[in-house]
Amino acid sequence: MDMVRAHVLCCGGTGCTSSGCEAIIKEMETQLAANGLEKEIKVIKTGCFGLCALGPVMIVYPEGCFYSRVQVGDVKEIVEEHLLKGRIVKRLLYQETIEEDNIKSLNEVDFYKKQMRIALRNCGVIDPENIDEYIAFDGYKALGKCLTEMTSEEVIEEIKKSGLRGRGGGGFPTGLKWQFAAAQVNEQKYVCCNADEGDPGAFMDRSILEGDPHAVIEAMAIAGYAIGANQGYVYIRAEYPIAVKRLQIAIDQAKEYGLLGNNIFGTDFSFDLEIRLGAGAFVCGEETALMTSIEGKRGEPRPRPPFPAVKGLWERPTILNNVETYANIPQIINNGADWFTTIGTEKSKGTKVFALGGKINNTGLVEVPMGTTLREIVEEIGGGIPNGKKFKAAQTGGPSGGCIPAHLMDTPIDYDSLMAIGSMMGSGGLIVMDEDNCMVDIAKFFLEFTVDESCGKCTPCRIGTRRLLELLTKITDGKGTMEDIDKLEELCYSIKESSLCGLGQTAPNPVLSTLKYFREEYEAHVRDKVCPAGVCKALSKYIIDPEKCKGCSLCARQCPVNAISGEIRSPFVIDQDKCIKCGACMSGCKFGAIYKK
Amino acid sequence: MKSLAELQEIRNRTIGNLTMRKEEDDAVRVVVGMATCGIAAGARPVMSAFVEEIAKRNLANVTVAQTGCIGVCRLEPIVEVTLPGQDKVTYVKMSPEKVARVVAEHIVNKQVVTEYTIGAAE
Repeated sequence: MDMVRAHVLCCGGTGCTSSGCEAIIKEMETQLAANGLEKEIKVIKTGCFGLCALGPVMIVYPEGCFYSRVQVGDVKEIVEEHLLKGRIVKRLLYQETIEEDNIKSLNEVDFYKKQMRIALRNCGVIDPENIDEYIAFDGYKALGKCLTEMTSEEVIEEIKKSGLRGRGGGGFPTGLKWQFAAAQVNEQKYVCCNADEGDPGAFMDRSILEGDPHAVIEAMAIAGYAIGANQGYVYIRAEYPIAVKRLQIAIDQAKEYGLLGNNIFGTDFSFDLEIRLGAGAFVCGEETALMTSIEGKRGEPRPRPPFPAVKGLWERPTILNNVETYANIPQIINNGADWFTTIGTEKSKGTKVFALGGKINNTGLVEVPMGTTLREIVEEIGGGIPNGKKFKAAQTGGPSGGCIPAHLMDTPIDYDSLMAIGSMMGSGGLIVMDEDNCMVDIAKFFLEFTVDESCGKCTPCRIGTRRLLELLTKITDGKGTMEDIDKLEELCYSIKESSLCGLGQTAPNPVLSTLKYFREEYEAHVRDKVCPAGVCKALSKYIIDPEKCKGCSLCARQCPVNAISGEIRSPFVIDQDKCIKCGACMSGCKFGAIYKK
Repeated sequence: MKSLAELQEIRNRTIGNLTMRKEEDDAVRVVVGMATCGIAAGARPVMSAFVEEIAKRNLANVTVAQTGCIGVCRLEPIVEVTLPGQDKVTYVKMSPEKVARVVAEHIVNKQVVTEYTIGAAE
């Protein structure tokens, strides 16, 4: 064994890659070599640490120093001061970790304190491209245990007992799904993994595959053993290149070690795994469409029943689970179902990963026990709303989910509580909105997405969502009537009831939930022709306050359409008919005399 | 992979180097004073000697870290060794030659090398 005295863990997730971690890692290696430290200090590229807002981030062990927003120019200082001389570079430390003159453990800072990492256990801790590190952290132990000590029935029983539910959004009990597939008699069965994460703002599955790909491989092999399948497919979108690359490396390593392939652990169980790339269609996240796409056909859903457990991929019994669901499996096997059931709420066990985005300070990836309230996630872990703005609502479940308004912030987040208030768990995107967001505009945004992504196979979804979008556009343009609001609502219910697959059945949710909690905003758009948040361009007005205007004419000169006129040293006026609401006058005014209404 | 034993072997081979990333306090900590005074007195070869000695003996669960000036510059190079659950022991005027004995007697056999400690020097 080579003794390495320090480890420098650099986040190599997609977020930190785009903020330049590759260059930093290269510079780190150059600087270490320049100082003759390359043998005693190891640089490891890991998966996502979660605090994407502070990227690029790195942790130096054994001290556990968390450096944030590291730039290439800072690397020399970290090497020469910290790694060579042992003097921590305080100015680069994540400020939250500094307490008086001591450094707190990362687990004590607000962002991590309330988190509990099961699915993300190894993310940001191990090198995802090194199977030995995964094995060192108890990797493949669960697979070994299943194959050598448990029958397939016992495996299913354990998963059932754990109460694990599908993390892709539906929340179907995983053990039950496995049991259905196991009960089918067929010489060929399949295990599939849904890594087609398509919600805007969601990146949980990507981060797991980037940070801990072996956990998914191990779980799929366990699933194969449980239901009697020898072949698995991971369906992942091609627009996740880092995740695809690391997963392929992981599969190759697992094959080389004989953890995939024939006679695993010397038993008669064999299992192989392949990656199938998707082109990035949202509908392919729907299980039947996903399997159709794996078969090489156009990704369109088909009616259920028959359910995939009976007739799935190539008409064979198939189970399909989400990446995050799989990432929980090895932990449940290793620690037992009884351990897992102590976490979470009565009907939702374990943890859930959320991708925090929107108007929130700590944009990033968090994993919390089920039952944590939205308030805890937003205010404590997320660090609140930037610029002292007020929380207005949070969207969970992306375009299929709904919004949670401020007065329901204390709702415990689990499958059933979210359903009860008209939202859904979804795969885990959590978009925070503040008082500057218009809820009608938000509903329109999600509808634009579903209109684009509707596959067109069934009429309610293909035409219905487009009609919904037209109605919403009419309202935000200030041309809506009160009947339009009722029509909108009625159409939502028709689409929900008559669409073929989950995409259409859930597409109206953003409209319904904003109507439920922010109906007065819709009415303000229609009745008063006002957008309360000042977002909808057609309804907003720029006005010059005659008290404050000094008559400098700067605004008139900046206006691209010559809508402002007046005489020097007396107040100027905006011609509302000519105004295109670009806002150039307001941002240019030196006296703050122009406001938006 | 033919057996669980094989898996365990890979685990044991790798784990020693990864313990520093676990937030557990069961590791032996070796801290070398690496301020200007320490470096001038030869702390760098002392630290390298620790690293090599620990690697040679294949010791898991030992971390070697650096720190700034401990305050008694005239006694540098200074090294602090802390066994889990015990008070730290401060060794002074260390040299690469002395390192092997500290590793063998203190870290492996849990016997403090009294004659190298700060108490003996004073």
